[in-house]
Amino acid sequence: MDLVEFPSLSRGTLRDMRIAIDGAFREFTRAYGETLEQIFEPVEDFLVFLEGLLIDSPWPIVIAVLVGLVYLLSRDVKISVGSFIALFLIGVFGMWEDTMRTIAMVSVCTMLAIILGIPIGILMARSDRAQGFVNPVLDLMQTMPSFVYLIPVVMIFGLGKIPGLIAVVIYAIPPMIRLTNLGIRLVDPDVLEAADAFGSNARQKLVNVQLPLALPTIMAGINQTIMMSLAMVVVASMIGVRGLGQPVLNAINNQYFTMGVMNGLAIVAIAIIFDRATQAYGKRLQKHSEVVHG
Amino acid sequence: MADPDGIEIKHLYKIFGPNGQDMVQLVKDGMPKAELNEKHNHVLGLNDINISMPGGKIQVVMGLSGSGKSTLIRHINRLIDPTAGEVLIGDADVCKMSRTELREFRRHKTAMVFQKFALLPHRTVMKNTVYGLEIQGVPMKEAEERAARWIARVGLEGFEDNYPNQLSGGMQQRVGLARALTNDADILLMDEAFSALDPLIRMDMQSVLLDLQQELHKTIVFITHDLDEALRLGDRIAILRDGAVIQQGTGQEIVLRPEDEYIADFVKEVNRGRVIKVDTVMDRSRKLEGGITIPHGVMLEEAAKTFADTGQSEANVVNGSGAPLGVLTVQDTITAMVTPAVH
Repeated sequence: MDLVEFPSLSRGTLRDMRIAIDGAFREFTRAYGETLEQIFEPVEDFLVFLEGLLIDSPWPIVIAVLVGLVYLLSRDVKISVGSFIALFLIGVFGMWEDTMRTIAMVSVCTMLAIILGIPIGILMARSDRAQGFVNPVLDLMQTMPSFVYLIPVVMIFGLGKIPGLIAVVIYAIPPMIRLTNLGIRLVDPDVLEAADAFGSNARQKLVNVQLPLALPTIMAGINQTIMMSLAMVVVASMIGVRGLGQPVLNAINNQYFTMGVMNGLAIVAIAIIFDRATQAYGKRLQKHSEVVHG
Repeated sequence: MADPDGIEIKHLYKIFGPNGQDMVQLVKDGMPKAELNEKHNHVLGLNDINISMPGGKIQVVMGLSGSGKSTLIRHINRLIDPTAGEVLIGDADVCKMSRTELREFRRHKTAMVFQKFALLPHRTVMKNTVYGLEIQGVPMKEAEERAARWIARVGLEGFEDNYPNQLSGGMQQRVGLARALTNDADILLMDEAFSALDPLIRMDMQSVLLDLQQELHKTIVFITHDLDEALRLGDRIAILRDGAVIQQGTGQEIVLRPEDEYIADFVKEVNRGRVIKVDTVMDRSRKLEGGITIPHGVMLEEAAKTFADTGQSEANVVNGSGAPLGVLTVQDTITAMVTPAVH
C-alpha cells in the first residue's frame, strides 16, 4: 500500500464539490442579496451622513468638536492638545478628507461592535452553553484571514461601504465580546451573593452589579475594538472603502514610499488619539477604586 | 413591642453533589461524611440540623471552618437550596417558596451582613446603604433619608460620599451593617460579620451590635468561629461540627456542661467569669440579713469586682424588686471562675 501519497479525494470530486457549493451560494446571493442590502441600508445611510458631516463642515468646527470630545472623555489637557496638533498636521499634509472618512468608518464600526458585542458577551457570561457555542466562532473570526470572508461578503454586497463595514466589524468585534464575557464572569461572587441576599432580580443584578463591576474590562474591550478596526482600514480599502487605507494601498502598489508613510502615520495618530481618550475615560470611571485608606 | 418571628430549622440536610437527594437516606442510616465522600463522591454539608432560633434574640452558630456554619446560614434566606428539610419563619417554609416569593422574602424579611463586607465598590457609602431599598423600589429621596439615619447610627456620619475603598475594614463593615439595618427586616443574618476585623475593632463592633439589639430586638443569626464572640453575643449558641449540631443552649450551659471532649477543649480557655451568672453559683437555701447586694443575672466577674471593692465575703443576690434570692460567697465565686482540671 502506498503510504506516501495521502489518499485524498479525487480532483474531479473536489472540483464538483466546489462548483456545487459556489453555485448554491451564488443562488443564495441572487435570492437574498437585495434583502440583505436593504437590512444594512440604515447603517450605510448613517455612515454616509457622518462622513458628510465631518467632510462638509468647516474644518475649524470639526477640529473643535473632535478635540472637545477628547477633552470630555479624558479631562486631560495634554491629551487634548496632542490631539489638536495631530489633527492640524493631518490637515496641513493634505490628508484631511481621507482622515475624516476613516474616523467616520471607525466610529460606526465601533458603535456596531458595541451594540452587538455587549449583548452577546452578556449572554455568554450567563450561559456556559452559549459560551461553548460562541467561543469557537470568535476563534474562527479572529484567525480566518480576512480576505477569505471578504469573498462571500463582496459576493453579496458588491464593493463599497457595507462590505467594508462588515469585514471590519467581524474582525474587530471578538475582543468586545470576549472581554464583556470575561468582565462579567470575573465579578466578585461575594458581591453578587450580597445582591442576591437583598432580593435583586436578574436585571437588577446586571445593571447594579455585573455591568458596573465589569466596566473596566468592557472599556478595555472597546479600546481593543477601536484599535483593530483601525488596523483593518487598509484591508477594507481593497474592497472599495475610501479613507486613509486607499492611499496606503496605492502606495504599496506603486512603491510611493512617502505617501505610504504619511498616510500610515495618520492612521497611527488617529489610533493614539482614540486610545488615549478611551483609556483616560476608562480610568476616570474607576476613580472609586483608588485606595486612599491603607 | 412584640418580638418578631423566630426561625425553626427542622431536619435540614444539605448534600453537595449531583444526586444529593438519593444520598439523604444513606446519611439518615448513619453513613459518616468521609464514607459518603469516598464511596459516592458526595459531600455532606449539613446533617439533620434542628435548631429553634428564638425571635428577637441573638442565636449564634459556632464551628470551625468546614463545619457547615456558613452553609447553614445561607439556608435561612436560601442562597443555598436544601437537599431536605424545612426552614420555618412564622408559617412560611423558606424551602417551599417560589422564586418570586423568595425574592420578596429576601427583600422584606431578611438582611445579611457578610464576612468580606461585599459592598459595591463603585457606589458611595450612601448608595451602598440604600441598596436594599432601591431594589424594593422605595423612592430615592425616602430611601436616602432612612439610610442617613442608620449611617449616623453606626457612626459613619460625614462619610456618606466616600467610596468603600477609602474606608478601613471596620468602617466598611459598619457600612455593611447600615445597609442591612436600613432594610428594616426582622431577621438579620450575620455571616462571620466581624471575623475579618482586628480584635479591638471586633470588640467595638460587637458592642455596636449589642447596643442596637437592645432597642431593635431583631432575630439575629450570627455565625462565628470565635467562642469568646459567641459567648459575648449569643443569647443561645449552637455548636456545629462536620455539618451536625453537637450541642446547643445558652453560653453558660455550654461552658458548664460541655457535651463532649471536643466542646470541652473549646471552652477550656474561656474566661468563665464573663459567662457564668451569679444565679448559677449562689446558694438558694440561705438568705443574709443586711450586707451588700448583687443584682441577679450579672456575671461572676462583676460580682468578684463588687467583693473586691467592698471587702465583703458574702452578698445577697437580689431580684429586680430587691427581694433576696440566695447568697453568693467569695469562695464559690472564685471556685466557679477557675477552670476545673480536665479529666
